[in-house]
Amino acid sequence: MLNSPEGHISITGVSKYFGRHKALDNVSLEIPPGTVTVILGPSGSGKSTLLRTINHLERVDEGFIQIDGDYIGYRRQGDKLYELKEKEILRQRVNVGYVFQNFNLFPHMTVLENLIEAPVAHRQLTKKQATERAYELLDVVGLRNKADAWSRHLSGGQQQRIAIARALALKPRVMLFDEPTSALDPELVGEVLDVIKTLARSGTTLVVVTHEIGFAREVADQVVFMVDGKIVEQGESDAVLNRPQHPRTRQFLSKVLS
Amino acid sequence: MKTHETIKVVPARYPLRIVGAGVALLILAIVIQSVAFNPRWEWGVFARWFFDPIILEGLGQTLLLTLLGTVLSVIFGGVLALCRLSSSWLLSSLAWGYIWLFRSLPLIVVLIVLYNFSYLYDTLSVGIPFTGITWASYQTINVLGQFSTAVFGLTLVQSAYTAEIIRGGFLGVDHGQYEAASALGLPAWRRTLRIILPQALRTILPSGFNEIISLAKGTAMVYVLAMPELFYTIQMIYNRTQEVIPLLMVGAVWYLVITSFLSAIQYLVERALAKSERRSAVNTNRSRAVAPAATATQEPAHAQLS
Repeated sequence: MLNSPEGHISITGVSKYFGRHKALDNVSLEIPPGTVTVILGPSGSGKSTLLRTINHLERVDEGFIQIDGDYIGYRRQGDKLYELKEKEILRQRVNVGYVFQNFNLFPHMTVLENLIEAPVAHRQLTKKQATERAYELLDVVGLRNKADAWSRHLSGGQQQRIAIARALALKPRVMLFDEPTSALDPELVGEVLDVIKTLARSGTTLVVVTHEIGFAREVADQVVFMVDGKIVEQGESDAVLNRPQHPRTRQFLSKVLS
Repeated sequence: MKTHETIKVVPARYPLRIVGAGVALLILAIVIQSVAFNPRWEWGVFARWFFDPIILEGLGQTLLLTLLGTVLSVIFGGVLALCRLSSSWLLSSLAWGYIWLFRSLPLIVVLIVLYNFSYLYDTLSVGIPFTGITWASYQTINVLGQFSTAVFGLTLVQSAYTAEIIRGGFLGVDHGQYEAASALGLPAWRRTLRIILPQALRTILPSGFNEIISLAKGTAMVYVLAMPELFYTIQMIYNRTQEVIPLLMVGAVWYLVITSFLSAIQYLVERALAKSERRSAVNTNRSRAVAPAATATQEPAHAQLS
């Protein structure tokens, strides 16, 4: 998986409406394989919506999203795009891991059961192989001793680390993080960010929506700044964070950093 | 100043509670005394009939109706609930219409209409509608006898209520659980059965058992079909012997037994489901051997944050 050439995300002219509100306005973005992209922006700027469209949790109204050339939610034949059935969409999602703000672990299952559910459901692995893989992943997130615990007995930071491990269990090419540390107590943020930093060096393509500027500075290859459903600034993290061009970016950064 | 060891702790006393409990016990004693010693309750007759084969046969019918009504209405009600939750506009409106209709009609009306179905339609046939093709044809009166009418009527009405309870349970599950299951690409049936249903059961079961209990007692309604379940059997007997009260007591106690039995099952099922809620942080069923070592290195657990 190291330096795998897979996981190229290409977003072309994507728009999304919620009723009359335009949540995404003609967004285009290239995310090269194996890179880390951090999406910043004030709340309501559409950054989470953009992330959700990449996994087809949200359907786009205009434009296309491709991962390694495959259209998300569609199948191309000649000049026509055929909408995929739910079953095919679900299969497409195997390539994309998603980490939620509220973890969303399955509370009626143990940690181990949470981790083996998807690989077994997709027949990627037998139950035994999936269990072995689950323990490997628990080592990655440093929670091997929690394998038999119920998720609700874990701290928020531990739950989020398990949620990351669960998303990794399908060996996705792309990992999406939707404000992974926003629901955490401040002292627990670090342990989750450390896990994501480890992933950043593994060759998986990461897209992270966050307010953690320090994390963006340290890990991101590319920083994207969104306002009102539009990308107003994007570039290398050093350029966007230290020499922002757009007044809204400057305003946002001065508020967040002060 | 005294040391702490010599200070005596006096518990707070509530004299009125003791008086209240005394009054309640007195009333209970009066009730028991009057029921046990008033000869008109005729407990001898009660004892003679309680295990009578005819009564037990009626009880058997009641239990069978309850069982069939429960199983069929859970299956059909589950399908209705899924239709109601479906994103298909047509399916969800049809299910809504069904639930509206059968929650509006009294059970007794449904039963009598069904029982008179042979007046409306002489034969029931299997074939292709709007064509002359028929594969099988039956006399309505042979298909809808007392027992099948009773089962059919109870199921039709009960599934409308069951559907709403199941739907309520599904709606009560956090939306994030649907999204997490979808994001992992779990197939729809697996998402419903393994992720959502087990969580929905926690809210479905208490009201579900309520429904089963009222169904068990509601089966008494099928006496209008002259079907010999428990209540109809009792009526038949006391119409002949004129021992109304002791025979009604036979029925009352049997219904009490059924309900107590169902309540006990409910308690056991709910306790089994609550396993992930219990206080031990480690699933002891799986890892009894390693649990002590694991707890030793455990980090402090925090409450769930969201």
